[in-house]
Amino acid sequence: MADPASHAQPSTTDGQSRRDFLLYATSTVGVVGTGLALWPFVQSMNPAADTLALATTEVDISKVQVGQAITVAWRGKPVFIRHRTPEEISEARAADNADLRDPQKDAQRVEKPEWLVVIGICTHLGCVPLGQKPTDPRGEFGGWFCPCHGSQYDTSGRIRKGPAPRNLEVPKYAFINDHTIRIG
Amino acid sequence: MRKLILPLLAAAFLAGAGSAARAHEGPELLHPGFSFEGVMGRYDPAALKRGFQVFHEVCSNCHSLNRVAYRSLAAIGLTPAQIKSLAAEREIQDGPNDEGQMFMRPGRPSDAYIPPFPNKQAAAAANGGAAPPDLSLMAKARKGGPNYIYSLMLGFEDTPPADVKIPDGKFYNTVFPGHAISMPPPIQDDVVTYADGTKATKEQITRDVVTFLNWAAEPELDERKSLGLEVLAFLAVLTALLYALKRQIWKDVH
Amino acid sequence: MSAYKTNNKVVAWIEERLPIFSMLQHSAVEYPTPRNLNYWWNFGSLAGFMLVVMILTGVFLVMNYTPNTHMAFESVDRIMRDVNYGWLLRYLHSNGASMFFILVYIHIMRGMYYGSYKAPRELLWWVGIAIYLAMMATGFLGYVLPWGQMSFWGATVITNLFSAIPVVGPHIVTWLWGGFSVGNPTLNRFFSLHYLFPFVIFALVFVHLWALHTVKSNNPLGIDVKSPQDTIPFHPYYTIKDLFGIGVFLMFYLSFVFFAPNFFGEPDNYIPANPMMTPPHIVPEWYYLPFYAILRSIPDKLGGVVAMFSAILVLLFLPWLDSSKVRSGKFRPIFKQLFWLFLADCFVLGWVGAQVPSPNVTLIGRFATVYYFAHFLVILPLLGKFEKARPLPASISAPVLKGGGMAAGAHAQPMEKA
Repeated sequence: MADPASHAQPSTTDGQSRRDFLLYATSTVGVVGTGLALWPFVQSMNPAADTLALATTEVDISKVQVGQAITVAWRGKPVFIRHRTPEEISEARAADNADLRDPQKDAQRVEKPEWLVVIGICTHLGCVPLGQKPTDPRGEFGGWFCPCHGSQYDTSGRIRKGPAPRNLEVPKYAFINDHTIRIG
Repeated sequence: MRKLILPLLAAAFLAGAGSAARAHEGPELLHPGFSFEGVMGRYDPAALKRGFQVFHEVCSNCHSLNRVAYRSLAAIGLTPAQIKSLAAEREIQDGPNDEGQMFMRPGRPSDAYIPPFPNKQAAAAANGGAAPPDLSLMAKARKGGPNYIYSLMLGFEDTPPADVKIPDGKFYNTVFPGHAISMPPPIQDDVVTYADGTKATKEQITRDVVTFLNWAAEPELDERKSLGLEVLAFLAVLTALLYALKRQIWKDVH
Repeated sequence: MSAYKTNNKVVAWIEERLPIFSMLQHSAVEYPTPRNLNYWWNFGSLAGFMLVVMILTGVFLVMNYTPNTHMAFESVDRIMRDVNYGWLLRYLHSNGASMFFILVYIHIMRGMYYGSYKAPRELLWWVGIAIYLAMMATGFLGYVLPWGQMSFWGATVITNLFSAIPVVGPHIVTWLWGGFSVGNPTLNRFFSLHYLFPFVIFALVFVHLWALHTVKSNNPLGIDVKSPQDTIPFHPYYTIKDLFGIGVFLMFYLSFVFFAPNFFGEPDNYIPANPMMTPPHIVPEWYYLPFYAILRSIPDKLGGVVAMFSAILVLLFLPWLDSSKVRSGKFRPIFKQLFWLFLADCFVLGWVGAQVPSPNVTLIGRFATVYYFAHFLVILPLLGKFEKARPLPASISAPVLKGGGMAAGAHAQPMEKA
């Protein structure tokens, strides 16, 4: 007759230890198997092959005048490309040694000084900062102003004031020629 | 004994239902035996490359391959540079640009294989009223799959039987439903020249291109079967353990 | 329900507020189960497991599927090619539907052979039929979603069944379509319902289990549990047996997924839907074939539809149509033979359903249809009156412990009072 409580008794007999061994071995294999089975489900939520293939964008910047900025989409995110004026460049350079929250030299953030390319997403909580249009508020530092929580960026896209922790991110990009940038 | 009857009946029924639709259709298909058949079968990399050459040089003049992106050809061994130049061979419409105009640009690796005709109507108009079908899923979309395509490509005959009337502009094919096909015989001996020195017979070319088309329809086949073997081996161990544990636990009940 | 004892403070805290542990203890651990259940009793838990697999794969497939007539086929193809392991999820789901039906058909046949529908399990049986109906609807709705040729024409033919209803039929069909033919509104609502129904099934499974745990499991002998000797606790005996069953089943299921993933499918469904051209030979999925055969064997449109639905609804009356007081077919020598004949009849109907109609096939289909209904409406009611059942054992534990059948020649016992 089966005793439901038999597995609670001290395991002294051979049968008992054999059963314990089997139980542990089977449980281990079963748990590992379940874990492995979940892997495809998790992986399926990562970007698919076609999404990854669209990871580069080429942009024609020949029509962007000094002092103007354009916004292009890359990986579904806005990228700010600003044709900086000499004043904006010197302002950015001058602030290199200021008390920066996320210290970075302006020279580290650009390929060519007159072109600033940054991802237009506030590093606080992901809003798109204002400052692309001439009529937009640009904050105290002449760069961008985030309307959501008041973060202010300078003409190098560095965080100067407000809650955002980091500078606007610089995407990987390269000049294919004088008037074309490939982002990604 | 009776315990066996139900599974056997079920198996017979499933096999019957599965093949039932197949049973009463068309002539016998050729079964040349492809490398990717069966549990252990995988794509032959050399055949895939040759098959792609055939598709590129012959089929793609009329047929589209809309669901296969250039980038995915990396899986059959094309280098990124080869893929880039291949994609740039044809132009595709893009736009609108800043002036609001549509424009043509060379293809990119992320584009799907650019079709020979801009749309179905153009394809039909250029091919005597019958648009050549897209080949992306052809190997899965016909009964008999790769064997059907193989048989069809080799199923052309110059003189139809006396009781079969073939309209002008159509060709007699033993396998095609209705026997009158709009596609002219596409494959002859040496219609391509293989770089690897393989002799380009009609049969060889057909076998290669069918292998490529099966890859186009089932690019996951190699990975699927390899993973399947691993999974089944794992399950065999787990099930054996479960059985042993079950016997152990039930020992005192029987 | 006895109080649940624990030394774990967290468990005790939760238990005081929501007695979930005592419930589990009661219904999944201690639950007294007849000790003589054979492997046919594995298929209920297997079907439950399959339901979970279907919901899980379905939820992840939906993350990449687009229910729009212009994009549905493309989105499924993208799942197959570009989504990481998308091919695996989709083949698990599409083959899973066939597996689910295989399991449930065996489960139903087991119930019919061992008389599991008889008192006091009539409602348990009814809930089971409700689950089966919901599964048929879900399977049909899901088959439409990839928007291939079979999807489109399957949807067209099945929805047109309702046009057979006098007067309101055509209006019902237009209402089902949300237009004047199967189109984008149809696809959208089918998607919505295909996502909803599995959760309805899930709820029905709970009711099914609730009813089961109220009346307790039937067993291969079909006699009632008489003493604690007749039962063993569900855990660990049946948990391990069910897990072993899942292991065997998974090997069967995954063999199709990995090595013959399109075995149950139709090549035509890899051709995008074309409302202007019907494929030359359209067949429903295999699990509907017997009913499809019944539909086609009646020469009248309305009559065919009525017969088809009756073929399922007649199951509802089975507990009362079967007049025998003995549950298990094991002790009914004639019923046993007729059961296999009935099963063969179902297979014949399935075969007929897959054929292109011809006079001979239709004739076979008509005989098989008549026999299908005769089994329920004539044979079972009469058989119970004339059949002499073999003697029933005194208790479940008696023959099990002795490891053999009853002595021959003992006279038939009075009926089990159910």
